[in-house]
Amino acid sequence: MAFIPHTREDVRSMLEAIGVDSIEQLFDEIPASLRLAALSGVPEAASEMEIGRLMTERARADGRPLCFIGAGAYEHHVPAAVWAIATRGEFYSAYTPYQAEASQGTLQLLYEYQTMMASLTGLEVSNASLYDGASAMGEACLMAVRANRKSHSQRILVPTTVNPHYRRTAAAVAGNQGLIFEELPYCTEEGCIPPGALARYDGQDITALVIQQPNFFGRLEDVDALCDWARARNILVIAVVNPTSLALLKPPGQWGSPGASKGADIAVGEGQPLGVPLSSGGPYFGFMTARMEHVRQMPGRIVGRTTDAGGRPGFTLTLQAREQHIRRAKATSNICTNQGLLVTAATVYLSLMGPAGLERVAAASHARTRELVAALTRVPGVRRLFRGPTFHEDAIAVDRPVAPVLEKLAAHGIHGGLDLGEHYPELGPALLVCATETKTSADIERYASALADCLREARAA
Amino acid sequence: MSNVPSDLKYTKTHEWLRTLPDGTLEIGITDHAQHALGDLVFAEVPEAGRKLSAGEPFAVVESVKAASDVYSPVAGEVTAGNTALASEPEVINSDAYGKGWLMRLRPAAGGAAPALMSAAEYEKLIAEEGG
Repeated sequence: MAFIPHTREDVRSMLEAIGVDSIEQLFDEIPASLRLAALSGVPEAASEMEIGRLMTERARADGRPLCFIGAGAYEHHVPAAVWAIATRGEFYSAYTPYQAEASQGTLQLLYEYQTMMASLTGLEVSNASLYDGASAMGEACLMAVRANRKSHSQRILVPTTVNPHYRRTAAAVAGNQGLIFEELPYCTEEGCIPPGALARYDGQDITALVIQQPNFFGRLEDVDALCDWARARNILVIAVVNPTSLALLKPPGQWGSPGASKGADIAVGEGQPLGVPLSSGGPYFGFMTARMEHVRQMPGRIVGRTTDAGGRPGFTLTLQAREQHIRRAKATSNICTNQGLLVTAATVYLSLMGPAGLERVAAASHARTRELVAALTRVPGVRRLFRGPTFHEDAIAVDRPVAPVLEKLAAHGIHGGLDLGEHYPELGPALLVCATETKTSADIERYASALADCLREARAA
Repeated sequence: MSNVPSDLKYTKTHEWLRTLPDGTLEIGITDHAQHALGDLVFAEVPEAGRKLSAGEPFAVVESVKAASDVYSPVAGEVTAGNTALASEPEVINSDAYGKGWLMRLRPAAGGAAPALMSAAEYEKLIAEEGG
Protein backbone atom coordinates (compact mmCIF):
# COMPACT_ATOMS: atom_id res chain seq x y z
CA MET A 1 0.00 0.00 0.00
CA ALA A 2 1.28 3.43 -0.90
CA PHE A 3 1.34 5.96 1.92
CA ILE A 4 1.28 9.00 -0.37
CA PRO A 5 -2.13 10.66 -0.24
CA HIS A 6 -1.73 12.62 -3.49
CA THR A 7 -3.59 11.52 -6.60
CA ARG A 8 -1.75 11.20 -9.89
CA GLU A 9 -3.41 14.45 -10.92
CA ASP A 10 -2.11 16.22 -7.74
CA VAL A 11 1.42 15.02 -8.45
CA ARG A 12 1.26 16.10 -12.11
CA SER A 13 0.04 19.61 -11.28
CA MET A 14 2.67 20.06 -8.54
CA LEU A 15 5.46 18.93 -10.89
CA GLU A 16 4.12 21.28 -13.56
CA ALA A 17 4.07 24.20 -11.13
CA ILE A 18 7.80 23.80 -10.38
CA GLY A 19 8.71 22.88 -13.97
CA VAL A 20 9.95 19.35 -13.39
CA ASP A 21 9.01 16.30 -15.49
CA SER A 22 9.07 13.55 -12.90
CA ILE A 23 9.58 12.90 -9.20
CA GLU A 24 12.84 11.07 -10.03
CA GLN A 25 14.19 14.29 -11.53
CA LEU A 26 14.04 15.87 -8.05
CA PHE A 27 16.82 13.50 -7.02
CA ASP A 28 19.10 14.30 -9.97
CA GLU A 29 21.77 15.88 -7.79
CA ILE A 30 22.47 12.48 -6.19
CA PRO A 31 24.91 10.61 -8.46
CA ALA A 32 23.31 7.62 -10.20
CA SER A 33 25.90 5.28 -8.69
CA LEU A 34 24.59 6.10 -5.22
CA ARG A 35 20.95 5.57 -6.11
CA LEU A 36 19.89 1.98 -5.70
CA ALA A 37 16.80 0.79 -7.47
CA ALA A 38 16.46 -2.21 -5.16
CA LEU A 39 18.30 -3.18 -1.99
CA SER A 40 20.29 -6.35 -2.53
CA GLY A 41 19.96 -8.80 0.32
CA VAL A 42 16.55 -7.50 1.33
CA PRO A 43 13.96 -10.15 0.45
CA GLU A 44 10.39 -9.59 -0.68
CA ALA A 45 7.91 -8.69 2.05
CA ALA A 46 6.84 -11.61 4.23
CA SER A 47 3.53 -12.06 6.02
CA GLU A 48 3.18 -11.36 9.73
CA MET A 49 2.93 -15.09 10.41
CA GLU A 50 6.11 -15.83 8.42
CA ILE A 51 8.00 -13.02 10.19
CA GLY A 52 6.85 -14.28 13.60
CA ARG A 53 8.16 -17.72 12.81
CA LEU A 54 11.49 -16.41 11.48
CA MET A 55 12.05 -14.28 14.57
CA THR A 56 11.25 -17.14 16.94
CA GLU A 57 13.84 -19.28 15.15
CA ARG A 58 16.43 -16.50 15.27
CA ALA A 59 15.78 -15.90 18.97
CA ARG A 60 16.26 -19.61 19.66
CA ALA A 61 19.66 -19.47 17.91
CA ASP A 62 20.79 -16.89 20.49
CA GLY A 63 20.31 -19.38 23.33
CA ARG A 64 21.03 -18.15 26.84
CA PRO A 65 24.80 -17.84 26.87
CA LEU A 66 26.81 -16.95 29.95
CA CYS A 67 28.23 -13.61 28.86
CA PHE A 68 31.59 -12.26 30.07
CA ILE A 69 31.95 -9.66 27.31
CA GLY A 70 31.82 -5.98 28.26
CA ALA A 71 33.82 -3.66 26.00
CA GLY A 72 31.18 -0.93 25.94
CA ALA A 73 27.91 -2.78 26.61
CA TYR A 74 27.24 -4.37 29.99
CA GLU A 75 24.80 -6.98 31.21
CA HIS A 76 23.15 -5.71 34.38
CA HIS A 77 20.03 -6.80 36.18
CA VAL A 78 17.06 -4.76 34.97
CA PRO A 79 14.24 -4.68 37.55
CA ALA A 80 10.93 -5.79 36.00
CA ALA A 81 9.34 -2.45 36.90
CA VAL A 82 11.66 -0.59 34.49
CA TRP A 83 10.13 -1.82 31.26
CA ALA A 84 6.65 -2.23 32.75
CA ILE A 85 6.66 1.54 33.27
CA ALA A 86 8.64 2.50 30.15
CA THR A 87 6.21 0.65 27.87
CA ARG A 88 3.08 2.27 29.29
CA GLY A 89 1.15 4.03 26.56
CA GLU A 90 1.80 7.45 28.06
CA PHE A 91 5.58 7.03 27.67
CA TYR A 92 5.89 4.61 24.77
CA SER A 93 7.40 6.80 22.08
CA ALA A 94 10.87 7.03 20.57
CA TYR A 95 10.97 10.82 20.51
CA THR A 96 10.03 13.96 22.33
CA PRO A 97 6.54 14.49 20.92
CA TYR A 98 5.75 17.28 18.48
CA GLN A 99 4.13 20.13 20.40
CA ALA A 100 6.32 18.91 23.20
CA GLU A 101 4.79 21.20 25.81
CA ALA A 102 1.47 19.39 25.44
CA SER A 103 3.21 16.30 26.91
CA GLN A 104 4.14 17.61 30.34
CA GLY A 105 4.69 14.10 31.75
CA THR A 106 7.31 13.28 29.12
CA LEU A 107 9.05 16.61 29.61
CA GLN A 108 9.07 16.17 33.38
CA LEU A 109 10.64 12.74 32.97
CA LEU A 110 13.35 14.15 30.65
CA TYR A 111 13.97 16.97 33.11
CA GLU A 112 14.44 14.47 35.91
CA TYR A 113 16.74 12.38 33.68
CA GLN A 114 18.85 15.48 33.01
CA THR A 115 18.98 16.27 36.73
CA MET A 116 20.16 12.75 37.56
CA MET A 117 22.82 12.71 34.82
CA ALA A 118 24.14 16.12 35.86
CA SER A 119 24.34 14.93 39.44
CA LEU A 120 26.01 11.63 38.48
CA THR A 121 28.69 13.34 36.36
CA GLY A 122 29.15 16.33 38.67
CA LEU A 123 28.44 18.82 35.87
CA GLU A 124 25.81 21.52 35.60
CA VAL A 125 23.75 20.82 32.46
CA SER A 126 22.62 17.72 30.58
CA ASN A 127 20.86 17.30 27.27
CA ALA A 128 17.95 14.90 26.77
CA SER A 129 20.30 12.22 25.24
CA LEU A 130 21.98 11.32 21.95
CA TYR A 131 22.10 8.18 19.77
CA ASP A 132 24.76 6.22 21.66
CA GLY A 133 28.05 6.58 23.49
CA ALA A 134 30.16 6.56 20.33
CA SER A 135 28.26 9.32 18.51
CA ALA A 136 28.10 11.28 21.78
CA MET A 137 31.90 11.35 21.79
CA GLY A 138 31.91 12.60 18.18
CA GLU A 139 29.42 15.32 19.12
CA ALA A 140 31.53 16.25 22.16
CA CYS A 141 34.57 16.78 19.92
CA LEU A 142 32.57 19.08 17.61
CA MET A 143 31.17 20.89 20.64
CA ALA A 144 34.67 21.39 22.07
CA VAL A 145 35.80 23.02 18.82
CA ARG A 146 32.87 25.46 19.03
CA ALA A 147 33.36 26.09 22.75
CA ASN A 148 37.15 26.50 22.90
CA ARG A 149 37.51 29.89 21.31
CA LYS A 150 41.08 30.28 22.49
CA SER A 151 42.15 27.42 20.23
CA HIS A 152 42.15 27.58 16.43
CA SER A 153 43.77 24.24 15.57
CA GLN A 154 40.73 21.88 15.82
CA ARG A 155 43.24 19.29 17.11
CA ILE A 156 41.83 16.72 19.52
CA LEU A 157 44.09 14.38 21.49
CA VAL A 158 42.55 10.93 21.72
CA PRO A 159 44.38 8.24 23.69
CA THR A 160 44.39 4.73 22.21
CA THR A 161 42.91 3.60 25.54
CA VAL A 162 39.59 5.10 24.33
CA ASN A 163 37.13 2.52 22.95
CA PRO A 164 38.29 1.82 19.34
CA HIS A 165 34.69 1.92 18.07
CA TYR A 166 34.22 5.36 19.62
CA ARG A 167 37.40 6.58 17.95
CA ARG A 168 36.22 5.31 14.56
CA THR A 169 32.78 6.85 15.02
CA ALA A 170 34.20 10.22 16.10
CA ALA A 171 36.44 10.23 13.02
CA ALA A 172 33.45 9.38 10.82
CA VAL A 173 31.23 12.06 12.38
CA ALA A 174 33.78 14.86 12.67
CA GLY A 175 36.68 13.92 10.39
CA ASN A 176 35.22 15.63 7.32
CA GLN A 177 34.52 18.80 9.28
CA GLY A 178 38.20 19.63 9.59
CA LEU A 179 38.86 18.11 13.02
CA ILE A 180 42.25 16.49 13.45
CA PHE A 181 42.41 13.50 15.78
CA GLU A 182 45.84 12.71 17.19
CA GLU A 183 46.41 9.39 18.92
CA LEU A 184 48.16 9.22 22.27
CA PRO A 185 49.92 5.87 22.80
CA TYR A 186 49.39 3.84 25.98
CA CYS A 187 51.85 2.13 28.28
CA THR A 188 51.84 -1.61 27.46
CA GLU A 189 52.67 -2.53 31.06
CA GLU A 190 50.06 -0.40 32.78
CA GLY A 191 47.38 -0.24 30.06
CA CYS A 192 47.05 3.51 30.71
CA ILE A 193 48.23 6.83 29.33
CA PRO A 194 51.79 7.15 30.71
CA PRO A 195 52.45 10.31 32.78
CA GLY A 196 54.97 11.76 30.31
CA ALA A 197 52.89 11.16 27.16
CA LEU A 198 51.55 14.71 27.04
CA ALA A 199 54.84 16.56 27.47
CA ARG A 200 55.53 16.65 23.73
CA TYR A 201 52.34 18.69 23.22
CA ASP A 202 53.39 21.45 25.63
CA GLY A 203 53.18 24.84 23.94
CA GLN A 204 51.11 23.53 21.00
CA ASP A 205 47.61 24.66 20.09
CA ILE A 206 45.36 21.75 21.15
CA THR A 207 41.56 22.15 21.31
CA ALA A 208 40.58 19.24 23.52
CA LEU A 209 41.79 16.11 25.28
CA VAL A 210 39.56 13.02 25.48
CA ILE A 211 39.93 10.85 28.59
CA GLN A 212 38.04 7.58 29.01
CA GLN A 213 37.57 6.47 32.63
CA PRO A 214 37.64 3.52 33.21
CA ASN A 215 39.49 3.14 29.91
CA PHE A 216 38.80 0.49 27.27
CA PHE A 217 40.95 -2.04 29.20
CA GLY A 218 38.92 -1.38 32.36
CA ARG A 219 41.95 0.39 33.87
CA LEU A 220 41.82 3.64 35.79
CA GLU A 221 43.63 6.59 34.21
CA ASP A 222 45.29 9.28 36.31
CA VAL A 223 42.43 11.64 35.49
CA ASP A 224 43.49 14.30 38.01
CA ALA A 225 46.94 14.77 36.48
CA LEU A 226 45.60 14.63 32.90
CA CYS A 227 42.88 17.16 33.68
CA ASP A 228 45.30 19.52 35.44
CA TRP A 229 47.67 19.38 32.47
CA ALA A 230 44.91 20.20 29.98
CA ARG A 231 43.23 22.96 31.97
CA ALA A 232 46.50 24.75 32.61
CA ARG A 233 46.86 25.03 28.82
CA ASN A 234 43.30 26.10 27.89
CA ILE A 235 42.62 22.64 26.47
CA LEU A 236 39.06 21.45 27.02
CA VAL A 237 38.61 18.06 28.70
CA ILE A 238 36.10 15.58 27.29
CA ALA A 239 35.37 12.75 29.72
CA VAL A 240 34.07 9.43 28.38
CA VAL A 241 32.64 7.63 31.38
CA ASN A 242 30.67 4.54 32.37
CA PRO A 243 27.60 5.72 34.31
CA THR A 244 27.61 2.75 36.71
CA SER A 245 31.22 3.43 37.67
CA LEU A 246 30.32 6.98 38.74
CA ALA A 247 28.61 5.57 41.83
CA LEU A 248 32.13 4.74 43.08
CA LEU A 249 34.60 6.89 41.13
CA LYS A 250 35.16 10.64 41.24
CA PRO A 251 32.70 12.34 38.84
CA PRO A 252 34.26 14.15 35.84
CA GLY A 253 33.12 17.52 37.19
CA GLN A 254 35.53 17.02 40.09
CA TRP A 255 38.55 15.72 38.15
CA GLY A 256 41.80 17.52 38.87
CA SER A 257 43.71 18.25 42.03
CA PRO A 258 42.00 20.58 44.51
CA GLY A 259 42.55 24.18 43.55
CA ALA A 260 44.43 23.33 40.37
CA SER A 261 41.55 22.71 37.95
CA LYS A 262 37.80 22.68 37.89
CA GLY A 263 37.12 19.31 36.30
CA ALA A 264 36.12 18.12 32.85
CA ASP A 265 34.23 20.45 30.50
CA ILE A 266 32.05 17.83 28.83
CA ALA A 267 31.15 14.30 29.93
CA VAL A 268 29.68 11.73 27.55
CA GLY A 269 29.09 8.02 27.63
CA GLU A 270 26.95 5.03 26.82
CA GLY A 271 23.71 4.95 28.82
CA GLN A 272 22.94 1.28 28.14
CA PRO A 273 24.12 0.02 31.56
CA LEU A 274 21.21 1.96 33.11
CA GLY A 275 18.29 -0.37 32.55
CA VAL A 276 18.72 -1.13 28.84
CA PRO A 277 19.18 -4.80 27.86
CA LEU A 278 22.10 -5.86 25.63
CA SER A 279 19.67 -6.81 22.81
CA SER A 280 22.39 -7.68 20.28
CA GLY A 281 23.89 -4.20 20.24
CA GLY A 282 21.08 -1.69 20.35
CA PRO A 283 19.19 0.54 20.42
CA TYR A 284 21.10 2.21 23.24
CA PHE A 285 21.45 5.89 24.15
CA GLY A 286 24.28 8.34 24.64
CA PHE A 287 24.37 10.88 27.43
CA MET A 288 26.07 14.26 27.50
CA THR A 289 26.57 16.74 30.32
CA ALA A 290 28.69 19.90 30.44
CA ARG A 291 29.65 22.98 32.38
CA MET A 292 27.06 25.76 32.21
CA GLU A 293 29.46 28.06 30.32
CA HIS A 294 29.27 25.69 27.32
CA VAL A 295 25.49 25.17 27.29
CA ARG A 296 24.88 27.10 24.07
CA GLN A 297 27.29 24.85 22.19
CA MET A 298 25.61 21.68 23.44
CA PRO A 299 23.84 19.63 20.73
CA GLY A 300 20.40 18.11 21.19
CA ARG A 301 17.32 18.95 23.15
CA ILE A 302 17.29 20.42 26.62
CA VAL A 303 14.22 20.49 28.85
CA GLY A 304 13.88 23.35 31.31
CA ARG A 305 11.55 24.06 34.21
CA THR A 306 9.58 27.27 34.10
CA THR A 307 6.30 28.78 35.26
CA ASP A 308 3.19 29.38 33.16
CA ALA A 309 1.18 32.61 32.94
CA GLY A 310 -0.60 31.66 36.17
CA GLY A 311 2.68 31.13 38.03
CA ARG A 312 2.32 27.34 38.09
CA PRO A 313 5.43 25.18 37.49
CA GLY A 314 5.74 23.54 34.10
CA PHE A 315 8.32 22.11 31.72
CA THR A 316 9.41 23.37 28.32
CA LEU A 317 12.01 22.77 25.63
CA THR A 318 14.64 25.43 26.07
CA LEU A 319 17.57 26.88 24.09
CA GLN A 320 16.01 25.69 20.83
CA ALA A 321 17.35 28.57 18.73
CA ARG A 322 20.48 26.56 17.85
CA GLU A 323 18.64 23.34 17.01
CA GLN A 324 18.32 22.16 13.43
CA HIS A 325 14.62 22.96 12.96
CA ILE A 326 15.49 26.63 13.48
CA ARG A 327 19.16 27.09 12.60
CA ARG A 328 19.28 24.57 9.74
CA ALA A 329 22.81 23.92 8.46
CA LYS A 330 24.36 26.00 11.25
CA ALA A 331 22.69 24.08 14.06
CA THR A 332 24.82 22.63 16.86
CA SER A 333 24.13 19.22 15.32
CA ASN A 334 22.33 17.85 12.30
CA ILE A 335 22.70 14.19 13.14
CA CYS A 336 21.47 13.91 16.69
CA THR A 337 18.22 12.86 18.21
CA ASN A 338 16.89 12.15 21.65
CA GLN A 339 16.51 8.42 22.43
CA GLY A 340 13.30 9.03 24.36
CA LEU A 341 12.25 5.46 25.10
CA LEU A 342 15.68 4.32 26.32
CA VAL A 343 15.97 7.45 28.44
CA THR A 344 12.59 6.64 29.98
CA ALA A 345 13.92 3.22 30.98
CA ALA A 346 17.14 4.74 32.37
CA THR A 347 15.22 7.32 34.39
CA VAL A 348 13.01 4.65 35.92
CA TYR A 349 16.09 2.46 36.54
CA LEU A 350 17.98 5.25 38.29
CA SER A 351 14.99 6.24 40.40
CA LEU A 352 14.44 2.62 41.48
CA MET A 353 18.11 2.09 42.31
CA GLY A 354 18.79 5.41 43.98
CA PRO A 355 22.38 6.41 44.78
CA ALA A 356 22.80 3.54 47.29
CA GLY A 357 21.43 0.92 44.87
CA LEU A 358 23.65 2.07 42.02
CA GLU A 359 26.64 1.98 44.37
CA ARG A 360 25.79 -1.63 45.32
CA VAL A 361 25.61 -2.59 41.61
CA ALA A 362 28.98 -0.93 40.97
CA ALA A 363 30.65 -2.49 44.03
CA ALA A 364 29.25 -5.96 43.26
CA SER A 365 30.43 -5.70 39.62
CA HIS A 366 33.90 -4.70 40.78
CA ALA A 367 34.02 -7.60 43.29
CA ARG A 368 32.80 -10.13 40.70
CA THR A 369 35.40 -8.99 38.19
CA ARG A 370 38.17 -9.40 40.77
CA GLU A 371 36.86 -12.87 41.53
CA LEU A 372 36.75 -13.65 37.80
CA VAL A 373 40.30 -12.48 37.17
CA ALA A 374 41.55 -14.43 40.20
CA ALA A 375 39.82 -17.60 38.94
CA LEU A 376 41.01 -17.20 35.35
CA THR A 377 44.63 -16.46 36.29
CA ARG A 378 44.76 -19.70 38.29
CA VAL A 379 44.31 -21.49 34.94
CA PRO A 380 47.70 -22.58 33.52
CA GLY A 381 48.73 -20.36 30.60
CA VAL A 382 46.62 -17.37 31.69
CA ARG A 383 47.95 -14.16 33.25
CA ARG A 384 46.81 -10.65 33.88
CA LEU A 385 48.04 -8.32 31.15
CA PHE A 386 48.33 -5.03 33.06
CA ARG A 387 49.10 -4.20 36.67
CA GLY A 388 47.05 -1.73 38.71
CA PRO A 389 43.38 -1.21 39.59
CA THR A 390 40.38 -1.81 37.34
CA PHE A 391 36.63 -1.24 37.69
CA HIS A 392 34.60 -4.12 36.25
CA GLU A 393 36.70 -5.20 33.32
CA ASP A 394 40.25 -6.48 32.84
CA ALA A 395 42.60 -7.70 30.12
CA ILE A 396 44.07 -11.18 30.36
CA ALA A 397 46.73 -12.85 28.21
CA VAL A 398 46.40 -16.48 27.14
CA ASP A 399 49.13 -18.68 25.67
CA ARG A 400 47.13 -19.91 22.66
CA PRO A 401 45.46 -18.01 19.77
CA VAL A 402 42.27 -16.40 21.06
CA ALA A 403 39.75 -16.93 18.25
CA PRO A 404 39.62 -20.77 18.39
CA VAL A 405 39.50 -20.67 22.22
CA LEU A 406 36.51 -18.30 22.11
CA GLU A 407 34.81 -20.55 19.57
CA LYS A 408 35.22 -23.58 21.82
CA LEU A 409 33.91 -21.64 24.81
CA ALA A 410 30.89 -20.57 22.77
CA ALA A 411 30.19 -24.22 22.06
CA HIS A 412 30.00 -24.61 25.88
CA GLY A 413 27.48 -21.74 26.02
CA ILE A 414 30.04 -19.24 27.31
CA HIS A 415 30.89 -15.89 25.73
CA GLY A 416 34.40 -15.64 27.07
CA GLY A 417 35.24 -12.01 26.32
CA LEU A 418 36.41 -9.73 23.54
CA ASP A 419 39.41 -10.71 21.40
CA LEU A 420 41.71 -7.70 21.84
CA GLY A 421 43.83 -8.75 18.84
CA GLU A 422 41.58 -7.01 16.33
CA HIS A 423 42.24 -3.58 17.83
CA TYR A 424 45.52 -4.10 19.71
CA PRO A 425 47.58 -6.75 17.82
CA GLU A 426 50.72 -5.63 19.73
CA LEU A 427 49.32 -7.24 22.89
CA GLY A 428 49.54 -10.79 21.52
CA PRO A 429 46.72 -13.25 22.29
CA ALA A 430 44.61 -11.34 24.81
CA LEU A 431 41.03 -11.14 26.02
CA LEU A 432 39.01 -8.36 27.59
CA VAL A 433 36.74 -9.89 30.25
CA CYS A 434 33.97 -8.45 32.40
CA ALA A 435 31.74 -9.69 35.21
CA THR A 436 28.82 -7.73 36.62
CA GLU A 437 26.48 -8.35 39.56
CA THR A 438 24.60 -10.80 37.30
CA LYS A 439 27.37 -13.44 37.61
CA THR A 440 27.59 -15.92 40.49
CA SER A 441 30.66 -17.70 41.88
CA ALA A 442 29.38 -20.87 40.19
CA ASP A 443 29.24 -19.04 36.81
CA ILE A 444 32.81 -17.87 37.29
CA GLU A 445 34.02 -21.36 38.20
CA ARG A 446 32.23 -22.76 35.16
CA TYR A 447 34.04 -20.29 32.90
CA ALA A 448 37.46 -20.92 34.51
CA SER A 449 37.15 -24.67 34.21
CA ALA A 450 35.91 -24.46 30.59
CA LEU A 451 38.82 -22.16 29.74
CA ALA A 452 41.27 -24.61 31.33
CA ASP A 453 39.79 -27.42 29.20
CA CYS A 454 39.88 -25.35 25.99
CA LEU A 455 43.51 -24.31 26.48
CA ARG A 456 44.54 -27.88 27.33
CA GLU A 457 42.85 -29.17 24.18
CA ALA A 458 44.48 -26.41 22.12
CA ARG A 459 47.93 -27.36 23.45
CA ALA A 460 47.33 -31.05 22.78
CA ALA A 461 46.18 -30.40 19.19
CA MET B 1 10.45 53.50 11.54
CA SER B 2 13.94 52.27 12.39
CA ASN B 3 16.60 54.52 13.80
CA VAL B 4 19.43 55.00 11.24
CA PRO B 5 22.08 57.47 12.51
CA SER B 6 23.58 59.48 9.68
CA ASP B 7 27.17 59.37 10.96
CA LEU B 8 27.54 55.58 10.53
CA LYS B 9 28.16 53.24 7.59
CA TYR B 10 25.99 50.20 6.91
CA THR B 11 26.00 46.79 5.19
CA LYS B 12 23.40 44.80 3.29
CA THR B 13 23.47 42.20 6.07
CA HIS B 14 22.41 44.82 8.66
CA GLU B 15 25.67 45.63 10.42
CA TRP B 16 26.75 49.20 11.26
CA LEU B 17 30.32 50.57 11.41
CA ARG B 18 31.74 53.52 13.30
CA THR B 19 35.30 54.75 12.73
CA LEU B 20 36.87 55.52 16.11
CA PRO B 21 39.49 58.28 16.56
CA ASP B 22 42.35 55.73 16.59
CA GLY B 23 41.28 54.33 13.22
CA THR B 24 39.74 51.12 14.56
CA LEU B 25 36.18 50.23 13.61
CA GLU B 26 33.34 49.61 16.03
CA ILE B 27 30.77 47.18 14.61
CA GLY B 28 27.30 46.11 15.71
CA ILE B 29 23.90 45.19 14.35
CA THR B 30 21.39 47.85 13.30
CA ASP B 31 18.26 48.90 15.12
CA HIS B 32 16.29 47.36 12.24
CA ALA B 33 18.10 44.01 12.78
CA GLN B 34 17.55 43.95 16.55
CA HIS B 35 13.90 44.71 15.99
CA ALA B 36 13.53 41.86 13.49
CA LEU B 37 15.25 39.39 15.84
CA GLY B 38 13.16 40.26 18.88
CA ASP B 39 14.35 40.07 22.50
CA LEU B 40 18.00 39.07 22.50
CA VAL B 41 19.01 36.50 25.10
CA PHE B 42 22.62 35.82 24.19
CA ALA B 43 25.48 37.25 22.15
CA GLU B 44 28.66 35.36 21.33
CA VAL B 45 31.38 37.92 20.63
CA PRO B 46 34.91 37.26 19.28
CA GLU B 47 38.09 37.14 21.35
CA ALA B 48 40.62 39.95 20.94
CA GLY B 49 43.38 38.91 18.56
CA ARG B 50 41.20 36.90 16.21
CA LYS B 51 41.92 37.57 12.55
CA LEU B 52 38.91 37.94 10.29
CA SER B 53 38.53 38.04 6.55
CA ALA B 54 35.87 40.18 4.91
CA GLY B 55 32.48 38.49 4.96
CA GLU B 56 33.43 36.07 7.74
CA PRO B 57 30.92 35.51 10.56
CA PHE B 58 32.38 36.95 13.78
CA ALA B 59 29.49 36.84 16.24
CA VAL B 60 26.23 35.02 16.90
CA VAL B 61 23.24 36.87 18.28
CA GLU B 62 20.49 34.74 19.71
CA SER B 63 16.91 35.68 20.44
CA VAL B 64 14.21 33.40 21.79
CA LYS B 65 13.26 32.51 18.23
CA ALA B 66 16.49 32.52 16.21
CA ALA B 67 20.27 32.48 16.35
CA SER B 68 21.91 34.55 13.60
CA ASP B 69 25.44 35.09 12.41
CA VAL B 70 26.88 38.59 12.21
CA TYR B 71 29.40 39.17 9.41
CA SER B 72 32.52 41.29 9.39
CA PRO B 73 32.31 43.76 6.48
CA VAL B 74 36.10 44.19 6.43
CA ALA B 75 39.19 42.10 7.00
CA GLY B 76 41.26 42.81 10.08
CA GLU B 77 42.18 41.86 13.62
CA VAL B 78 39.74 42.01 16.53
CA THR B 79 40.93 44.44 19.20
CA ALA B 80 38.00 43.85 21.55
CA GLY B 81 34.75 41.90 21.86
CA ASN B 82 32.00 43.50 23.95
CA THR B 83 32.15 41.12 26.91
CA ALA B 84 29.56 43.17 28.82
CA LEU B 85 26.94 41.61 26.53
CA ALA B 86 27.42 38.25 28.26
CA SER B 87 25.45 39.47 31.27
CA GLU B 88 23.16 41.94 29.52
CA PRO B 89 22.53 41.05 25.87
CA GLU B 90 19.33 43.12 26.01
CA VAL B 91 21.35 46.34 25.55
CA ILE B 92 21.56 45.33 21.86
CA ASN B 93 17.79 45.87 21.82
CA SER B 94 17.81 49.07 23.85
CA ASP B 95 21.01 50.70 22.56
CA ALA B 96 22.03 49.04 19.29
CA TYR B 97 24.38 51.85 18.23
CA GLY B 98 25.92 52.50 21.65
CA LYS B 99 26.39 49.98 24.46
CA GLY B 100 25.19 47.25 22.08
CA TRP B 101 28.37 47.25 19.96
CA LEU B 102 29.71 43.73 19.26
CA MET B 103 33.39 44.15 18.39
CA ARG B 104 36.18 46.59 17.61
CA LEU B 105 38.43 45.77 14.69
CA ARG B 106 41.72 47.08 13.33
CA PRO B 107 41.29 46.91 9.54
CA ALA B 108 43.99 45.03 7.64
CA ALA B 109 46.41 47.34 5.83
CA GLY B 110 45.92 47.46 2.08
CA GLY B 111 42.63 45.58 2.22
CA ALA B 112 40.11 46.25 -0.51
CA ALA B 113 37.70 49.06 0.34
CA PRO B 114 34.48 47.39 1.46
CA ALA B 115 31.17 48.10 -0.23
CA LEU B 116 29.44 50.07 2.52
CA MET B 117 26.22 52.06 2.44
CA SER B 118 25.44 55.51 3.70
CA ALA B 119 22.54 56.02 6.09
CA ALA B 120 20.32 57.18 3.22
CA GLU B 121 21.15 54.10 1.14
CA TYR B 122 20.53 51.79 4.09
CA GLU B 123 17.18 53.46 4.82
CA LYS B 124 16.20 52.81 1.23
CA LEU B 125 17.23 49.13 1.57
CA ILE B 126 15.14 48.49 4.65
CA ALA B 127 12.21 50.35 3.12
CA GLU B 128 12.44 47.99 0.11
CA GLU B 129 12.61 44.99 2.47
CA GLY B 130 9.40 46.18 4.05
CA GLY B 131 11.07 47.48 7.20
